[in-house]
Amino acid sequence: MAGENQTVSEYIVHHLTNLTYGKLPAGYERYDGSIVGDGGAWVMAHGGAEAADMGFTAIHVDSMAWSIGLGIVFSWLFYSVAKKASSGVPSGLGSAVEMIVQFVDNTVRDTFHGRNPLIAPLSLTIFVWIFLMNLMDLVPVDIVPELMMLLGVEYHKIVPSTDPNITFGMAIGVLILILYYSIKVKGFGFARELAMNPFNHPLFIPVNLFMEIVGLLAKPFSLALRLFGNMYAGEMIFILIAALFSAGVAWMAPAGILQIGWAIFHILVITLQAFIFMVLTIVYLSMAHEDH
Amino acid sequence: MNINLTLIGQVIAFFGFVWFCMKFVWPPIIAAMQEREKKIADGLAAADRASHDLELAQEKALERLKEAKHEAAGIVDSANKRASQIVEEAKTAAVTEAERVKTAARSEIEQETNRAREALRSQVAVLSLAGAEKVLGATIDQDAHADLVNKLAAEL
Repeated sequence: MAGENQTVSEYIVHHLTNLTYGKLPAGYERYDGSIVGDGGAWVMAHGGAEAADMGFTAIHVDSMAWSIGLGIVFSWLFYSVAKKASSGVPSGLGSAVEMIVQFVDNTVRDTFHGRNPLIAPLSLTIFVWIFLMNLMDLVPVDIVPELMMLLGVEYHKIVPSTDPNITFGMAIGVLILILYYSIKVKGFGFARELAMNPFNHPLFIPVNLFMEIVGLLAKPFSLALRLFGNMYAGEMIFILIAALFSAGVAWMAPAGILQIGWAIFHILVITLQAFIFMVLTIVYLSMAHEDH
Repeated sequence: MNINLTLIGQVIAFFGFVWFCMKFVWPPIIAAMQEREKKIADGLAAADRASHDLELAQEKALERLKEAKHEAAGIVDSANKRASQIVEEAKTAAVTEAERVKTAARSEIEQETNRAREALRSQVAVLSLAGAEKVLGATIDQDAHADLVNKLAAEL
């Protein structure tokens, strides 16, 4: 909730700023007037402006920690089931995990017709990991940042998928796999495909190359931006609803109803977005395996 | 919303988790699931087979029962037939025996009668001879009158 000495816009900006650790360039004047010495300095950014001035040599500590943490939760959860997996009667966690595995396996079988032992585990990882990251969106927006404030950490964003670095990171991972399998399966045919489609004439090679490369890059872009956009918008609405609570006692009830309504709707969105990311990854990799 | 090293970190993390999942998570789970699937399929097939076998066994049992009934009926029938035959035979034998006994008795009676008659006849000869002797008061010469006496005796 916005504090007494904090405007709504400050509150929103605060909730949308990542905890950034990075290198400030030499001669940079910090928020308190101090000047960064020679060779720059690795520090925690104070506010969005400093984080932006760090450029590429910075890391979002919160996104990274939650992303890897949730990845570990996924790995540990599924590994603990995999260790005890037997053909006996499944129960509890085992059945839940097997249900998800079955679901992913069916989706992969329906979409991907090649033989590749990577695709199914890749899809499972993407689906569950993104789902867990999106799930963080349902944690009330103030709980973790406020707790972190008490611990002296200024900024904290707990939904990694509202950070474009995270979504683009995964999309780049998928792009690398697309390129790898395109070259591995098609070899020189992949270059031919880029140069000779859609106009099969030597004169059109530059046009073809341009179109095909744009088409290729559009895949990870659409993946990353779709997930990011959905989750960012959802998070924003949660923050706005939370800001509404501070608008006065009269707004408590409508804000509460909105909060519940949006959260229920969002359960659908987070699952759907995880599913879409997974399915599109399978489709793209399936296309990479198809030799014309 | 700055693009920075987080991007690289996420790419590395992505491949790390995918590798882990591919190496340690997916294969055992999917193997267990496939094995279970096979087990269930086998179990269902076995159940199917068992019910089919049961049906066959029931059919066979029914057939056997019918056969047994049929056989039993046959046995009872033949036993009945045999019993009546035995009774019939016994009856016939009894009648024959009775007939035989009757015949034997009759012939014996006849024999006795004949014997008695013979005895009587010889007695009569002697008696009549004695009577004649008395009547004539003289001794009849046995040799001379034997013919006469015998004729008389034969007439009796």
